[in-house]
Amino acid sequence: MLKIWSMQAETAQAGQKKKKVTAAQLRVQKDLSELSLGSTMRTEFPNPDDILNFNLIIDPDEGMYKGGSFLFHFAINQNFPHDPPKVKCTQTIYHPNIDLEGNVCLNILREDWKPVLNLNAVIVGLQFLFLEPNASDPLNKEAAEDLKSNREGFKRNVRTSMGGGSIRGQTFARVLK
Amino acid sequence: MTEEVMPDRTTGPESQQRWKYLDTILSRPGPFTDPDWEPGPPVRSALQSAKILCSCLYMIFIACIHTLILDRGAGGLGCEILKNLALSGFKDIHVIDMDTIDVSNLNRQFLFRQADVGKPKAEVAAKFVEKRVKGVKITPFCGKIQDKDEDYYLQFTMVVCGLDSVEARRWMNATLVGMVDENNPESMKPLIDGGTEGFKGQAKVIFPTMTSCIECQLDMNAPRAAVPLCTLATIPRQPQHCIEWAHIIAWEEERKGDSLDTDDPEHITWLYQKALKRAQEFNIPGVTYSMTQGVVKNIIPAIASTNAIVAASCCNEAFKIATNANPFLGFPGTNNYMMYTGDAGVYTYTFEHMKKDDCPVCGNLAKPLVVDPDSILQDFIDSLAERPEAQLKKPTIRSEEKSIYYQSPPALEQQTRPNLTKKLSELLTDGEEVAISDPAFAITFKFKLIFKS
Repeated sequence: MLKIWSMQAETAQAGQKKKKVTAAQLRVQKDLSELSLGSTMRTEFPNPDDILNFNLIIDPDEGMYKGGSFLFHFAINQNFPHDPPKVKCTQTIYHPNIDLEGNVCLNILREDWKPVLNLNAVIVGLQFLFLEPNASDPLNKEAAEDLKSNREGFKRNVRTSMGGGSIRGQTFARVLK
Repeated sequence: MTEEVMPDRTTGPESQQRWKYLDTILSRPGPFTDPDWEPGPPVRSALQSAKILCSCLYMIFIACIHTLILDRGAGGLGCEILKNLALSGFKDIHVIDMDTIDVSNLNRQFLFRQADVGKPKAEVAAKFVEKRVKGVKITPFCGKIQDKDEDYYLQFTMVVCGLDSVEARRWMNATLVGMVDENNPESMKPLIDGGTEGFKGQAKVIFPTMTSCIECQLDMNAPRAAVPLCTLATIPRQPQHCIEWAHIIAWEEERKGDSLDTDDPEHITWLYQKALKRAQEFNIPGVTYSMTQGVVKNIIPAIASTNAIVAASCCNEAFKIATNANPFLGFPGTNNYMMYTGDAGVYTYTFEHMKKDDCPVCGNLAKPLVVDPDSILQDFIDSLAERPEAQLKKPTIRSEEKSIYYQSPPALEQQTRPNLTKKLSELLTDGEEVAISDPAFAITFKFKLIFKS
């Protein structure tokens, strides 16, 4: 390996034996510092030492979901940012793009995720879902149908569901603040 | 071909014949040889004494029962690389693999025979190659690359990888970068990484800390193709959509808490039945058991000849790095990345992938920092603001285990605030690495704390 050794740059001594901060942790740390949560969102860390698992609470201050408080769980694996974060809504809510299991249909959480995107892009996307529920990408087909065919009826259903009421026999979580 | 009818090539004139061309390359310079290079026995002995780690068998032979040549990612590279290294004159090869041989491997993993099914791959492959190539010593290890520590990796001259996952590559890369010690040139191990996906493949050489690393190249990996969740949930169009639906949505709903094991035939059968039923509802033909397996395990067909091409390129680079007989890929400031595209004609392109200054792995290595273990965290943070090379005014600090102090988000700041009045020795241990980020800097600084009162 002629010449290679002499070219070795002045690199500092690397830590040995001890566990090192992982690449995923480094990236999440950076992403967390760049979050702009505003007044409608806050985070919650059940275990503050584990920054790869946390909750995000969204309190929309306008739109049809105003007055509600929605909780999402973020689970990030060691393959982040190659893999997107896994995001689930932990409440049973009535929303065309979120199913009753809490799965979220947001393009950047799946097919359009790229390592250049960050956690801020994801939380902005989530917030947008509450301002502009999208009937053309339905995950809860009935809710999407309601939104498409009868916007006023859909609004009423949103209010009913947020109060913990039932729609077509399905009971929803009470999410009003 | 059975082993009995093969001529014995381990002794006699055929054995000398085998190394004839290799000896020619090593005994005279060529048009591209470095002027400082001296041919002859020392080069030959450099080759023979090089200790090579081939972690290429690791995980790449995922069992799959399919008529096509199926494998995951880099499949089959291992057999090719091991054979090539042995035939290139390397004498001391170590091989890591965690898998056992499955009957479906036999069509392309030519070091294995029917009688070997069920045995560990690393062992069988090592025995086979030792038998065929006289004088080569192959040391198998059956386990994960993650089972071994830095001391293990330090013994090798270089590492050749044909791993199947981005995750395994990142682990290997971070380990080799972390091992580099400026006072010990031997601590830098060239990493040769090969990978294939169908008709496409790539071979690259990394000199940890000196040239672009796997982490720098992360965005070169094609993202896993995914279908929008809403398509799966509402309007499936293809049989694969029905399988993904069963995999992602139906399993969660109906078998919650039951963790999906893609190697469990019962689980695959359940998904297959679900997908089939859904496909019938939407009038979509084509869902089969093997397709279910393929979609769920994200199996990409491995093409034996693509593996052969990529493995050949990897082993040629290993040979050139060990002997200096010709310029090799990855020399700092030159090309380090060869991509091969065989799906639209034959095309290769070789270029220099640049090292990223803000790479979280090789962008900046942990620097030693002497601290007083009895001082409190707040004092340590204040001292960071006065450091000449980087004035970290709003530092966020963590170790692998702990969030030491976070400036934001507010919840985390509040939770880590009590640490400010704690002694460093209560939060960290001597020699532990911390990562410090600051909104004023794009990169994250890493320090290895050395306690000295």
